[in-house]
Amino acid sequence: MELGQLFLEIGGVILLLALVGRAAGRLGITPIPLYLLAGIGLGAVMSLGNAPEEFIHTGAEIGAVLLLFTLGLEYTSEELSSNLKANRQIGIIDLALNFTPGLVAGFLLGFTPLAAVLLGGVTYLTSSGIASKILRDFGRLGNRETPLILAVCVIEDVVMAAYLPVVAALLIGGTLFAVGINLLVALAAFGLAFFLALRYGHVLSRVMNVPSDEALLLGVLGLVLVVAGAADQLNVSAAIGAFLVGIALSGEVADRARQQIEPLRDLFAAVFFVFFGLQLNLAEVPSVLLPAILLTIVTGATKFAVGWMGAARAGVQLRGRFRAGTTLIPRGEFSILIAGLGLGLAPSLGPLAAVYVLLTAILGPVLSRFDAQLAPLLQRRPRGEAGKEVSAPGQG
Amino acid sequence: MVKVDETLLPGVGMRYDFDGRFGKRVGVITHRDGRRELFVSLKEDPDACAQSIVLAEDEAEVVSDLMGGSTVTRRMGQSMQDIEGLAMDWLPLAGTTPFDGKPLGSTMMRTRTGASIVAIIRGGGAIPAPGPEFVLHAGDTVVVVGTAEGVTHAARLLNGQPEPQKTRAKTGSPVAGTS
Repeated sequence: MELGQLFLEIGGVILLLALVGRAAGRLGITPIPLYLLAGIGLGAVMSLGNAPEEFIHTGAEIGAVLLLFTLGLEYTSEELSSNLKANRQIGIIDLALNFTPGLVAGFLLGFTPLAAVLLGGVTYLTSSGIASKILRDFGRLGNRETPLILAVCVIEDVVMAAYLPVVAALLIGGTLFAVGINLLVALAAFGLAFFLALRYGHVLSRVMNVPSDEALLLGVLGLVLVVAGAADQLNVSAAIGAFLVGIALSGEVADRARQQIEPLRDLFAAVFFVFFGLQLNLAEVPSVLLPAILLTIVTGATKFAVGWMGAARAGVQLRGRFRAGTTLIPRGEFSILIAGLGLGLAPSLGPLAAVYVLLTAILGPVLSRFDAQLAPLLQRRPRGEAGKEVSAPGQG
Repeated sequence: MVKVDETLLPGVGMRYDFDGRFGKRVGVITHRDGRRELFVSLKEDPDACAQSIVLAEDEAEVVSDLMGGSTVTRRMGQSMQDIEGLAMDWLPLAGTTPFDGKPLGSTMMRTRTGASIVAIIRGGGAIPAPGPEFVLHAGDTVVVVGTAEGVTHAARLLNGQPEPQKTRAKTGSPVAGTS
């Protein structure tokens, strides 16, 4: 293909994303669901040639790697370990309540066990990107329920860091023995890397922290891709390698790297969502609509319950509990990432995940905004113990 | 003493807050990138923020100076190390000062507190050694040198707060005498 045509097509796609991003900003929502829609729309009206398809595919993979890397950068290793200790209980409840519906739905839909496990991951992971955007945009960082929301997101991210290598090993398949070996190698590599990152992260941070911005950007990007590539070769999943590099970097170098990598991540992550949308088979959408709606209702309620319980334990009152519950409902970038792994396993997994992410990403923020109107409705209904417990602090 | 709660916000920073005496929760979030977010809770929903203000690092410093107190203690600690018994401070004149538009002599600073005004900072420039006829304005910053006690008194005087003289006189005079 000619270079000119390649540029034209890729440029066209990116320009479309810019428009979509502006529309999202105008509406005050995150662009992620809109990028998905754009991809779906693009796939319906035109088909890109082989070369742009290839380029976008590579870009999408880089996007996934950078998403995980910047996620790892967000947390310091102390934050991770202290958080895991303090919120273990709610983390386990969260996993049990939100992984199960996806898993069960997968079996009911006749997926293979592995595809069902993937769907469990899709319904489990709250979008920390959307949740933190809600918190920032609505000025809720100082709210009392906010630490709980963030803590749940952190735990989920750590769980996913262990989940992805397992799934990656299972995906390669083969004999039971081969899968077992793959799994062992993956978990050992993950454990070793996690240990090294927590233990010797500061050494790496010091070595990487060069004064020149340019050298820093190239150094960090290079390291991320090399580690991601190595992880992929070991069948640990490239994204997890990147996540661990992010965890290992801390302090000044993490702050600088975050600033420099973020624009790149935004670009490639957008490409990632579009690519996912492009791959979807539109003919599948009507058949997944009903399961997606049911899953949204069920897992919306279970996520809500997790947020509600966690906030109640932290001594937060009715409206705060409601906000905690609704803020956790949206699923997003990582649900798509997980679904992307299994596109070959179950043809309807992709469309199902896309519709599901769209629904939850809209439902959560909208509900969350109306805490003053909706939360009191929940107060009147239970007249039993829960009602008393709720009304007591109000009188005092 | 107000009891301040400290909460880690993973990925964001640190939150410090306390339940205010008049029914609202007040707090500051220190973001990782140096921004400071000041917030107060809603009265009918103490878990939620009624208002939050995001400040850059230098702006947060200005606000804390305007709120008073911190400058005196913080800066005094530093200068006390340089010369034993000598304190120096930059005291901003708030809008409520009784000396807005009055000459410097009318403060009777040296007589009342033992501290001396050595300079005025106005509009980014310093006016060293101003005379007693020099006219003060709200918004000036007054540079004061004296004993630690004297500087604390000067801060009160300039912002129009009456002195708790009886208690001060006992502890204050021996310190002033020895230094």
